[in-house]
Amino acid sequence: MSSSEKYVAAAYGVFLVFVLFWVVIIAAKLSRLERETGELARLARARVAGEPSDG
Amino acid sequence: MTKKPSLTVLASLAAALAALAVALIFFVAPEDADQGLSQKIFYVHVPIALTAYACFGLAAWKAFRLLTTRGERYDLESYSGVHQGTIFGALTLVTGSIWAKASWGVWWTWSSNQLVLFLVLFLFYCAYFMLRYSIEQGPRRERISAVYALFGVALVPVSFLAIRLASDFIHPTVFTRDGPQMTGKMFTAFCVSWAAITLLAYVMYRVELAGKRTDANLRELREALVS
Repeated sequence: MSSSEKYVAAAYGVFLVFVLFWVVIIAAKLSRLERETGELARLARARVAGEPSDG
Repeated sequence: MTKKPSLTVLASLAAALAALAVALIFFVAPEDADQGLSQKIFYVHVPIALTAYACFGLAAWKAFRLLTTRGERYDLESYSGVHQGTIFGALTLVTGSIWAKASWGVWWTWSSNQLVLFLVLFLFYCAYFMLRYSIEQGPRRERISAVYALFGVALVPVSFLAIRLASDFIHPTVFTRDGPQMTGKMFTAFCVSWAAITLLAYVMYRVELAGKRTDANLRELREALVS
């Protein structure tokens, strides 16, 4: 591999790594939101179960 | 109110354009007679830099809207614009540095006004985050952040035109008054790459906004359920 090829690969590689890193961050954020939404759904279900039924 | 195109469609389009850009850059666009293979870095470096400018422009526009309409949602939109611009600014510096090493034999040179002005622009927007997080959340922080984002955008044309105003000729000028100094195939590859990267940045901006708004909604929901 010539030095020019190495530099071109490095420039495009940096961009690719950045996109992959961003995907990792978004995946982590999505996992956290899923967990928090699950907790809130449990809270809501517990609240509905604790309330007296109508009629 | 016009409906925004769905994120799925935009992300798919960005991926398709990126694939097309790679094909055009490496299989269609000819090698530069002067710089050889290292000129291929141009197709990723310049679109990234232009995208960074566009993000800062978008952030300034949202900041202007916040100051004129007092719409709270513009604060988050302006912040996300600055955030994306700073990320693409960092990428501009890294890819530019690699291109400089390949073409000039150095990673950085302080004698090029274009490089130094872009670094100043980047550091200015890095300071935006320090300013923003040093102020308590609320209307005051929104207004100060907006004014800062609006001031920062004045540096964009200065940075963009620096190479034309400067007396040094280290940094190459591709777009002159006579049009782009490259072949039609090179210009097509550049335009497709630019469209792909700009669209990718817009998708990232929308995803970041959606994430932050979901966060805020969940916080409100938790407070309502716990109280």
